[in-house]
Amino acid sequence: MSSRLKDAAHLIPLVLVVLAGVAVFLLFRQVLVPKTFGQYGHYRAAALDDIRVRPVSFAGQATCAMCHDEVATTRSKGKHRGVSCEACHGPLAKHADDPAAMKPKKLAGTGLCQGCHKADKAKPAYFPQVVPAEHSGGAECLSCHQPHSPQMQ
Amino acid sequence: MGPTGVEGFMYPNEVELQWSILIVLYPFITGLVAGAFILASLERVFNVSAVKPTYRLALLTALAFLLVAPLPLQLHLGHPERSYEMYLTPHTSSAMAMFGFVYLWYLMVVLLLEIWLDYRVEIVEFSQTARAPWRWVYRILTLGSRNISPRARRIDERVGYVITVIGIPSAFLLHGYVGFIFGSVKANAWWSTPLMPVVFLFSAMVSGIAAVMLIYMAASKVRKVAIDMRCLDTICQYLFYVFVIDFSLEMLDLIHRVYEADESFRSLDFMVHTRLWASQVVLQILVGTVTPLVLLGANQVFKFREGARKAMYAAAGCLTMVGIFAMRWNVVIGGQLFSKSYLGYTSYKLQFATREGLGASIVLMLLPFAILWALLKLLPPWLEEKEPAGI
Ligand code: HEC
Ligand code: HEC
Ligand code: HEC
Ligand code: HEC
Repeated sequence: MSSRLKDAAHLIPLVLVVLAGVAVFLLFRQVLVPKTFGQYGHYRAAALDDIRVRPVSFAGQATCAMCHDEVATTRSKGKHRGVSCEACHGPLAKHADDPAAMKPKKLAGTGLCQGCHKADKAKPAYFPQVVPAEHSGGAECLSCHQPHSPQMQ
Repeated sequence: MGPTGVEGFMYPNEVELQWSILIVLYPFITGLVAGAFILASLERVFNVSAVKPTYRLALLTALAFLLVAPLPLQLHLGHPERSYEMYLTPHTSSAMAMFGFVYLWYLMVVLLLEIWLDYRVEIVEFSQTARAPWRWVYRILTLGSRNISPRARRIDERVGYVITVIGIPSAFLLHGYVGFIFGSVKANAWWSTPLMPVVFLFSAMVSGIAAVMLIYMAASKVRKVAIDMRCLDTICQYLFYVFVIDFSLEMLDLIHRVYEADESFRSLDFMVHTRLWASQVVLQILVGTVTPLVLLGANQVFKFREGARKAMYAAAGCLTMVGIFAMRWNVVIGGQLFSKSYLGYTSYKLQFATREGLGASIVLMLLPFAILWALLKLLPPWLEEKEPAGI
């Protein structure tokens, strides 16, 4: 019995090495995994605070409507009622905070409109699409359409 | 290479391939590991004494390639300093995170243990006979025990056997898993088939066996010793059988696709006839599968002279490697050449001197050989020939 054990004794350091490896791993895990990891889900809960302190860039259309109620009303009656102001105008939180400090750029139509309306096989068939060259011979879209109420009466 | 550029309609995020040649190397290299290990296990578990001369060589080959296996992924992701996080906070829904554990299990629990147990006698000897700096290395490797009595060795033998028995399913898991990662991408018709893990597994065995055979032949040539023809014949016999199964599985997949002809079929069929013609039909099937199968098959039927046999085996081995590499290429690259809309095709532009280019791939492919060379110096697998039994 004892000699049997002696002949297997060389396996003990092996087992110890393996166990030490596991122990080191668990220790590292203990130290390296952020404390708030897993509090709400499979992520670091403190990341939410990190994200919260980042500056807001979109104001949201409800905010735009507080000052630009005319435009908002126009839009709500037309086909672009589902398209948010900042989808076309870009992020404007700074402007909404202080209109004098940041004046939005003036938008050109054609490029903007084509981004959504240029005919493309990948777009669902129900979505209104035009082939600009055929539709208007490449003329500026705004020369006929109103951006906030685009359909032609 | 067929037509290049974009043809028809691609979604914007499909035009440029995200999974480069590095992702081709990853299943190729892991396949070599699994295949080499399975060849070694044959000798051990099924007692195929004919392949004994390649037993240790196969283990070291598996180790050398296993150490390199994660590197293409690291290079592809580009943030090696973050990769350990996968182990710290793994998510069970992430196939890649789980692969990390499969990999670690296989490396630590199977391969290193088996090699250590098998080489313990030599390690203990070298720890006494080797010259100064190396002596310390061997001394550390002994883990402090010099007991190499016949009984201790019998215990090693027994433990080693158990580990091999655990190791075979582990090797299957390792490479089956790589196939699983592709096969479970349900959005991709080219990959999404439950046959994928099985096909990957058998192709892994094919490539691993062929690689060990070639390395054995090359090593014998370099060391100027005669090749054990019985060993070589047996290996090639296995290679042939496994290859036949592998080829049948791939054809099964093909026939199934052709017969089922689902909504992706026209698109995939077109792709195979154009952009993948050279790499799939010519390289993978004709050059890399049918030709070696004919060469190997002929040897099962006719008896050739030794020289002719060697030449045929070497040719078959090399072509097999080309074929399996082409298969990985066609899976990984092919799966990204067609649009999910089935309306268009893009092409892959392989660069050279970039992080994911051909240059990096060549270096990654040479690295395992450098590691193998070092391992062969540290733990020579051919001692037994010089000093037959009774150590
Ligand atoms: C606090 C009130 C206020 C809010 C909120 C506000 N704006 Fe304005 N906006 C103004 C004023 C005032 C001007 C005129 C500034 C000027 O002419 O210097 C203006 C100008 C503009 C202009 C340029 C008009 C032109 O003549 O070129 C655009 C476009 C615009 N706003 C869009 C938006 C959008 C989109 C939002 C929502 C993100 C928004 N605004 C939110 C007050 C506001
Ligand atoms: C479909 C894109 C689009 C949407 C959605 C949109 N706009 Fe505009 N907006 C434009 C374009 C283009 C112009 C420039 C018109 C011009 O130069 O004639 C413009 C001009 C303006 C102007 C200045 C000139 C004017 O017509 O009064 C204001 C203010 C404005 N938009 C506010 C808004 C607000 C507020 C919303 C959301 C309620 C909104 N816009 C939604 C495209 C859009
Ligand atoms: C952010 C995407 C977007 C942009 C940019 C955009 N649109 Fe639209 N447009 C829409 C959506 C969404 C609708 C509503 C489609 C529906 O009703 O299904 C629409 C509807 C329309 C319609 C009505 C089509 C009909 O069925 O009668 C016209 C005309 C139109 N847009 C013209 C324009 C013009 C001109 C511009 C450039 C100033 C423009 N759009 C910019 C998204 C966009
Ligand atoms: C010359 C005037 C003119 C110009 C310029 C013009 N349109 Fe129109 N557009 C029309 C008229 C008129 C209609 C309504 C009749 C129709 O459906 O053809 C219309 C309809 C549309 C529709 C609805 C089509 C549908 O299938 O329901 C879209 C979308 C549209 N235009 C987008 C654009 C875009 C984008 C541009 C700029 C590239 C543009 N238009 C330029 C006159 C014009």
